Amino acid sequence: METPEQIRDRLLARFPGAEITVVPNPGTAAQHSLLLGAAHARALAEFLRDDATLRLDQCSNVTGIDWPEKEIVETTKVATPDPANPAGPPKVVEQKTKRLQPGCLEVVYHLYSISLRHGPVILRLRTGNRTDQAAVPSLTPVWRSCEFQEREIFDLFGVTFDGHPDLRRILMWDEFTDHPMRRDYVEPDDYEWEPTPHGTVLEKAKAHYPAPPPAAGAPAQGATP
Amino acid sequence: MSVSDLSAPPAGSPGSRVREVHDSFHGDLLEVSMGPHHPSTHGVFRMIVTLDGETIVKLKPVFGYLHRNHEKLGENVTYLGSMPYTDRLDYLSSMTNNWAYALAVEKLAGQAVPERAEYVRVILAELTRLLNHTCLAGFLMQDCGCSGTPLMYAFREREYILDLFESLSGSRMMCNYQRFGGCRVDPSADWLAGAQKLTDRYGVFLDEFETLLTGNEIIMARTQGVGKLPPALAIGAGVTGPMLRASGVNYDLRKVDAYGVYPRFDFRVPLGDHGDVYDRYMIRVLEMRESIKILQQALAGLPGGPIMDPKAKLRSFRPKAGEAYGRIEGPKGEIGFYLLSDGSPNPYRYRIRPPSFINLTILEDMCLGHTVADAVIILGSVDIVLGEVDR
Amino acid sequence: MLGTGLLQGLGVTAKNFVGSFHDPARLTTIEYPEVKTKLPEAYRNFPFLVAENATDPMGTLRCVACQICEKECPPQCIYIEKSKDKKPDATGKPQLFPAIFAIDTSVCMSCQICVEVCPFDAIKMDQVYEIATTDRFSALLLNREQLAKSNAYYHGIHPTEAAEVDARLAAERKAAEEKAAAAAAAKAAAAAAKAAAPAAPKPPAAPSAEAPKPPPTS
Repeated sequence: METPEQIRDRLLARFPGAEITVVPNPGTAAQHSLLLGAAHARALAEFLRDDATLRLDQCSNVTGIDWPEKEIVETTKVATPDPANPAGPPKVVEQKTKRLQPGCLEVVYHLYSISLRHGPVILRLRTGNRTDQAAVPSLTPVWRSCEFQEREIFDLFGVTFDGHPDLRRILMWDEFTDHPMRRDYVEPDDYEWEPTPHGTVLEKAKAHYPAPPPAAGAPAQGATP
Repeated sequence: MSVSDLSAPPAGSPGSRVREVHDSFHGDLLEVSMGPHHPSTHGVFRMIVTLDGETIVKLKPVFGYLHRNHEKLGENVTYLGSMPYTDRLDYLSSMTNNWAYALAVEKLAGQAVPERAEYVRVILAELTRLLNHTCLAGFLMQDCGCSGTPLMYAFREREYILDLFESLSGSRMMCNYQRFGGCRVDPSADWLAGAQKLTDRYGVFLDEFETLLTGNEIIMARTQGVGKLPPALAIGAGVTGPMLRASGVNYDLRKVDAYGVYPRFDFRVPLGDHGDVYDRYMIRVLEMRESIKILQQALAGLPGGPIMDPKAKLRSFRPKAGEAYGRIEGPKGEIGFYLLSDGSPNPYRYRIRPPSFINLTILEDMCLGHTVADAVIILGSVDIVLGEVDR
Repeated sequence: MLGTGLLQGLGVTAKNFVGSFHDPARLTTIEYPEVKTKLPEAYRNFPFLVAENATDPMGTLRCVACQICEKECPPQCIYIEKSKDKKPDATGKPQLFPAIFAIDTSVCMSCQICVEVCPFDAIKMDQVYEIATTDRFSALLLNREQLAKSNAYYHGIHPTEAAEVDARLAAERKAAEEKAAAAAAAKAAAAAAKAAAPAAPKPPAAPSAEAPKPPPTS
């Protein structure tokens, strides 16, 4: 099978304006992926499906990944001339620069070819940010298998898929408002609880539920030792 | 396929005709909620079925009654800590779930597996396949209305396999047996003798089971031509496993990916012609016969040596940053794990590709134009386990 | 001919029906509360703590409250508090011990990971399965007094594994004793080189394991 770089070059030759970047995988699996821009994503996906040498007719797996905003501290060594001793060796000063890496939500598609028995080719789509621009084009019109999986990502990560035929919550109930797979999700404290050896659940539950009045004759409910 | 194609059933399918008839007729449609507490839905699965008379014109599956956010749990425990949770995905085939997860982590960390462990994994995976397919045949017949008998025969045989699992791993269903770089305990000679005895006997049981079911005229009338799945639709919808092969697509990961030591064994991939419920039943029976062949070869060729790679680490296991997708041919289809590591002891992202969830994508297409009673056996032939569908 | 398949199938059910009256091997079920199957040695249920000595289980727990199992437990059902003081373990080395050791069996999923990660062979899997209770809370939260069981009990339920563990521990103990003796001898020799010195102190003897006996449940 072609390498991701070869696929990228062929796609760029066919779609000159498209944004395609190869994302290397530093791990031992070495499954590198292609990051597609949102504008051409569906046309590129259709090309990959129908292309005679690739024929990626099965989208096996669709995954969402949450990348929250991250503060990255970079340490660079800068050599400056020593003011006390200008003739001597320059003084090496470590400079710390902080930059804010913007957060995004990422959707990863693992494509295989059933007819040619090769794969995977991995596609990635990224949203603009995690709040108001959390949309990517849906690939369900290209591969039907994305239908439920994209719904799941919409439900658990809050990515909106433009062009999805039936974008509703799938695992959580319809009235639920948050997206539980996000890294900054805070779980509610009102779930049914039982006293555990660890106090955290109990404390949370106690804060949520007022202490019941002690019933006459009933044994005191044992909390934790 | 465009978006508008999706909202309507594919042209030429029985469902498209029904919808046309309905549009001209403008009769009252009846909406029935099947499940979540219904014995035919194999767990807490719900289908909102719209009926025109007794014919299904729309079917929307509703999920999530068993949702526990398994993937979030996986992000909050170590790599090892997720292993017992994978048992609880598809609780009929915990050994293959363990293997798929171990394979993905081994891919991520570049961990080698000793040869003996690979053979033991094949033996356990094929035993799991026997167990799962036997149960499926029993459940499918129960859905058809053969009350009790085939299911009890299936459960009787299943119990012998579970006894083997229990004496090896300590638990009948929640095995937690595979580890990154091998298996937890070495099977003893007694255990292997038991597995050999079961393998030798299983063909006899299958003969009996087939005499009971395969030629039965009522079952044929009930299942043939019901829930047809065309191969093109099956491929596009990501259907995998016996479902895909029943539609005539030759795609078995044991042959395609050639993971483990499968290339060393001589076995065939059975294929169906019609893609209906009867084919899906037959495919499973034929696959069980192939599994027996693999088991015989694996038990005969089991090499000595260590069961765990000596370099494998149990505690403080930190794969370096990167990602990996590993998949195997589970009894229900392609079960895969996608892992993203940032170098910490817990995975940054832990994703399961659940075969029975994705196989349900085309449930509506298969059911349109059929009756409610047919929808029950079509769902039965998909072979779902809700622990995996809802995760 | 139509109906042949049906008749053949009926033949199978008839054979199974009549067969179980004649052939005991065809009877696959047992009358449970009166008759019980023999559990396989590997069978696991909930964890227990191994104590060297049945008469003084709290004094001879192998657990040194290192809290590795608490950290590794996937459903987080173990709770440990370390003791303030130390007391000698089996090899005579002063060690911490768990002042509180609780396992919430309503959360525990019997996965055996605590057993695998324990470097001291202090926690093992039990085989008691008749544990139904009417109290959902305190009766399912087991404290260290309820969890502690003797090494002899461990030998009764997992004989092969327990023998391996004992052999390994004995070898470790012997190595520790030899090391201590060698260190003491070297010290004594160094002292003797300077002046007349007393003999090397003997390390304290380890408490001997009791003879294995069958578990009280069977």
